[in-house]
Amino acid sequence: MNKQHIEIRTDKTMTNFPVEKIRADFPILAELIRNKPLIYLDNAATCQKPQAVIDSIVQLYSHDYANVHRGVHTLSVRSTDKFEGARTKVKNFINAANEKEIIFVKGATEAINLVAQTYGKANIKAGDEILITAMEHHSNIVPWQILCEQTGAILKVAPINLQGELIFDEFEKLISDKTRLVSVVHMSNALGTINPVKKIIAAAHAQGVPVLLDGAQAIPHMPIDVQDLECDFYAFSGHKLYAPTGVGVLYGKQALLEAMPPYQGGGDMIRKVTFQETEYNVLPYKFEAGTPDIAGVVGLGAALDYLNDIGMANIAAYEGELLAYATEKARHIKGLRIIGEASQKGAILGFVVDRIHPHDIGTMLDSLGIAVRAGHHCAMPVMDFFEVPATARASFAMYNTKSEINVLMTGIASLIEVFG
Amino acid sequence: MFNDLRDLYQEVIFDHNRNPRNFRVIENADRQVEGFNPLCGDKLTLFLKMNGNVITDASFQGSGCAISTASVSLMTEIVKGKTEQEAEELFKKFHEMTTGKDEEINLEAVGKLAVLAGVREYPARVKCATLAWHTLDAALKNEQKPVSTE
Ligand SMILES: Cc1ncc(COP(=O)(O)O)c(C=O)c1O
Repeated sequence: MNKQHIEIRTDKTMTNFPVEKIRADFPILAELIRNKPLIYLDNAATCQKPQAVIDSIVQLYSHDYANVHRGVHTLSVRSTDKFEGARTKVKNFINAANEKEIIFVKGATEAINLVAQTYGKANIKAGDEILITAMEHHSNIVPWQILCEQTGAILKVAPINLQGELIFDEFEKLISDKTRLVSVVHMSNALGTINPVKKIIAAAHAQGVPVLLDGAQAIPHMPIDVQDLECDFYAFSGHKLYAPTGVGVLYGKQALLEAMPPYQGGGDMIRKVTFQETEYNVLPYKFEAGTPDIAGVVGLGAALDYLNDIGMANIAAYEGELLAYATEKARHIKGLRIIGEASQKGAILGFVVDRIHPHDIGTMLDSLGIAVRAGHHCAMPVMDFFEVPATARASFAMYNTKSEINVLMTGIASLIEVFG
Repeated sequence: MFNDLRDLYQEVIFDHNRNPRNFRVIENADRQVEGFNPLCGDKLTLFLKMNGNVITDASFQGSGCAISTASVSLMTEIVKGKTEQEAEELFKKFHEMTTGKDEEINLEAVGKLAVLAGVREYPARVKCATLAWHTLDAALKNEQKPVSTE
């Protein structure tokens, strides 16, 4: 009795965050999984979509759809307006200087590959160095390895400590007169660590080195202002930001983008083509060959409207509370070890449990309707560093609640008992 | 709380997970093959001692989930004393049990291994159960390369 009483009290949130109202906007949250209400805690992999985003796609295909930038007919104009309107929304959302700096791509992965294969190939030569950190997602490792293979450049990796934080002094020491690019994750998907990106950017810029931020995880959890950050490139995916899959953004400073060679060749990215010579289109179209994911982009625009109504600062504050609450509860579970205890962290709780494999944790929690991720989270070097084959990860979004966290923690405690 | 999972996590599986059988290295093994499931990071090394075409000893090392640990533990017990052909036949039956259609399944033919039949309802976990057997298959075919489920 007593215990329940305490739990109910701690359920109260400090902020007046309208979580119930938000939950009602996400149809999938009413789903039953194995006869239990869904508790979706795999938001770092991808998050669910509000009705407004789903409706925006239905509206487009039902009333406004045609190819963009092609025709003079009414639908093409409507479709183009919506598409370019979404670009303006993205520009405002991250406070870019203008729309030319917003390149639509497939996702964070493609954004990073684009920079590697255009900026990288044009500016990085044999013996040059690219600097990343030991907490990168594979998508911020492999494109650079490919570039190194192509050019003879060298990939340098700044180390992390046992809390899962970048060792900044070591990072700084690794910036040399050979460094041509720093590419770091803004917030780690495996550890939740939020990197001191302003310090990183200042240190790199002091040596004249541009910085790419992999913002795939950071952008759903905090306000992003690329001009304030002064980053040179910022990469993110729509699907982790309540938008559809298949669309993402590369932000780049205009001067850098202007000087870069194109990425893929095709329609839309040209101004004039003859068999002798092709003149490339202006920004941002130079990097957008072929018919884009029109519905995805429109859906992203709708997601940003939705998020602006709630306010990213409010979301950050609410999720911060969820994380603190979950962390505190997890610390009281005997045998559970949190992986990733950086002082600056986003709403991700990675953990392992003595003698119980994360896959078993994942299956057991699934039987309770709880979706968590179990695996290496596309960050095998991070798993190696912590000497675990895999971790379980609960990652939170603005629609999660403390009572869901209570169910999660009770589930973990009981499965530890069952395994004995 | 986990009643729905009783078919998957039977007591025998917990038992083999807590106390894996034949969890040791065979010095001078005739066959030694590594199995790897890149999806979950499960790794195991299988050791076989052969006399002609008879498996006289089997053991393993490595780490994995309860399903994969129980599966390899049970397998090392059951293949001891079997000929290569008998072991391959068992692999076929086991494979049918974990991935086949209902009407193809013959639980009696697999004996003790029937405790793993529950994975059929959990497609995401089938590979956990079959990793051991794919590794055995490679060992019997005398392949030196590590086995991967992907
Ligand atoms: C930190 C980080 N970077 C990059 C990516 C890649 O994103 P996508 O697969 O959407 O391209 C992810 C997705 O898991 C991520 O977490």
